[in-house]
Amino acid sequence: MKRLVKLSAVAVLATAVSAMAGTLDDVKKAGILKCGVNTGLPGFSEADSKGQWRGLDVDYCRALAAAVLGDAKKVKYVPLNAKERFTALQSGEIDVLSRNTTNTETRDTALGLNFAGVMYYDGQGFMVPKALGVKSARELDGATVCIQAGTTTELNLADYFRRNNMKFKAITFDTNDQVDKAFEAGRCDVVTTDASGLYAARTKMKHPEKYMILPDIISKEPLAPAVRHGDDQWFDIAKWVRNALVTAEEKGITMKNIDEAKAKTTDPEVKRLLGVEGDMCKNVGLEKDCFYKVIKQVGNYGEVFERNVGAKTPLKIERGLNALWNKGGILYSPPFR
Amino acid sequence: MVYPPKHSKEPPVLERGAIAWIRHNLLSSPFNIAFTILGIAILYMVIPPFIHWAFLDATFVGHSKSDCTGDGACWVFVKEKLNMFMFGFYPQAELYRPKIVIVSLLGLLAFSKFFKGRGVIKLALIIIFPLFAFIMLHGGYFGMPIVETQKWGGLLLTLVIASVGIVLSFPIGILLSLGRQSKLPIIKSLSVFYIEFVRGVPLITVLFMASVVLPLFFPEGVNFDKLARALIGITLFEAAYVAENIRSGFQAIPKGQYEAADALGLGYWQKMGLVILPQAIRITIPNLVGTFISLFKDTSLVMIIGLFDLLAMVTVTANDRDWLGMDTEGYVFVAFVFWIFTFSMSRYSKYLEKKLDTSKGR
Repeated sequence: MKRLVKLSAVAVLATAVSAMAGTLDDVKKAGILKCGVNTGLPGFSEADSKGQWRGLDVDYCRALAAAVLGDAKKVKYVPLNAKERFTALQSGEIDVLSRNTTNTETRDTALGLNFAGVMYYDGQGFMVPKALGVKSARELDGATVCIQAGTTTELNLADYFRRNNMKFKAITFDTNDQVDKAFEAGRCDVVTTDASGLYAARTKMKHPEKYMILPDIISKEPLAPAVRHGDDQWFDIAKWVRNALVTAEEKGITMKNIDEAKAKTTDPEVKRLLGVEGDMCKNVGLEKDCFYKVIKQVGNYGEVFERNVGAKTPLKIERGLNALWNKGGILYSPPFR
Repeated sequence: MVYPPKHSKEPPVLERGAIAWIRHNLLSSPFNIAFTILGIAILYMVIPPFIHWAFLDATFVGHSKSDCTGDGACWVFVKEKLNMFMFGFYPQAELYRPKIVIVSLLGLLAFSKFFKGRGVIKLALIIIFPLFAFIMLHGGYFGMPIVETQKWGGLLLTLVIASVGIVLSFPIGILLSLGRQSKLPIIKSLSVFYIEFVRGVPLITVLFMASVVLPLFFPEGVNFDKLARALIGITLFEAAYVAENIRSGFQAIPKGQYEAADALGLGYWQKMGLVILPQAIRITIPNLVGTFISLFKDTSLVMIIGLFDLLAMVTVTANDRDWLGMDTEGYVFVAFVFWIFTFSMSRYSKYLEKKLDTSKGR
């Protein structure tokens, strides 16, 4: 029975996929990009008091819409929870999934997704009260750890402590909220979850300044936007919009100075990126200045990062792994040429 | 000779007034004394801190999280997010539309209260109002821009789901219960199968099927509205429960009523419509309202299929980076709104029971 269900699901998906080529045309025809986002994740996908979506994942949707439709506002946000996100993409309810989704082998292959380059390098980290006097996760031997039950976080934690020959005592809770409250109440020495979640948890505390996030990251969670298998052109667009954001930061092009850069630059890669020379956009089936529109309307990766999760936001996430490759991070884009 | 009646002696002090009440109700046995003390202790532990948190130490004035400096609740959050709680993602510029719908609904309720007995007008309103409400909310006519159902949220969505669920599941439930009582074997077994099948499945499964599995079976490009899917799921689900409620009413009606109706020469529909159903429904009002109240609260389950009812708005609003950590205020506020509605519903059922109670006149 199970096999039958699986088979029929695959068959349905396969027909769905074959009918799905030409996402670009569909989006252009509809005049709006349907983008799947999280129902609520601070800094990544959240609604402000007027009901407008904002965040790092949301900005990727806007960038893609700017490239394809010329207008970052032409996005229909479809808030999705973790369970329905892949079905929504496969059934064509959305054109792209930008919902803090970790790129994994199974998802990339068996689930029929194509991941368009990492927007945020996340990973499991630790938060401790500063009063504990700990500077590294290696010093946590014997610690009591607050953790959400039944997540991969729990397994990662056990693995990490066993690998380093350390002992810990876990206190598990059902929801993230309970974990944070218990940690604040002092029921445990340390709390662990994905680093971006730790920053969000810290801002919820009465005295955020009393807590610190340790530099150690014990798992890899590269969060990437995803599109369906079977439409290579759309996949290319999704990839190169992300790459344009990163390259723009590398070249120091911002929302403000972009027009000046376009007029005066002598850097051939910038010329190609902004559509002054070459056929970069034509190669992916878009208008000549598609990446110019992205950066003009949304900004480069650094601007997106700072605006949503950076030092001036309540989250105060450091760039860390998400700094450019030539500035101590691993953020990298293939060249525009 | 006249014997004026003697004044009767007053009861002893301990058997009078508040003291007697306390003695009889709170201190009648050692067991009750212990419980009274325990109860007072619990109230003392819960109520003063809550009043401090919710009122005395709370912040009511301001516009951002930084205005909330006290230890108490930050009601500024609810104030700033009120439109989100009420209408979800409904566009700011179009908010007058749901407001008009709500005002006219209240007007309609008042109207039906004062103009008794004009059945035709009421019926017309029952049919016309939903149409009017849909046109107003969804738009697309009279120059009103379309607001997709996906943007409906908050209390508006809760009310839409609950009222559509209640209004549609009622007639379907009546038909199902009639089917179950029917002497025609196919209709009977189909009704029994449907009712027992639906009652054996959790609502959350029905919603999940409707939102996650169903789209996979549609041809590509056919994207059936998510809210419509949820509404159909909820209506069909509730109809089974309504049917069982009404069946209990059927069973409470003496056989003599059926026979009397037969003896008068009434046909099936006349018998059911004029004699049996009115009595059966009256008997089952408390049960029906119970079902509808639980339906009202069950609307929160649509959260799992990505619709944002009143409860789900807490998650959305408290994840705004400017308002992190405000979940408690949100939940307390939402609980209060839910309580107002469910309590009014149960009061209304009391009123209906009294109004329809014909036994006193005999």
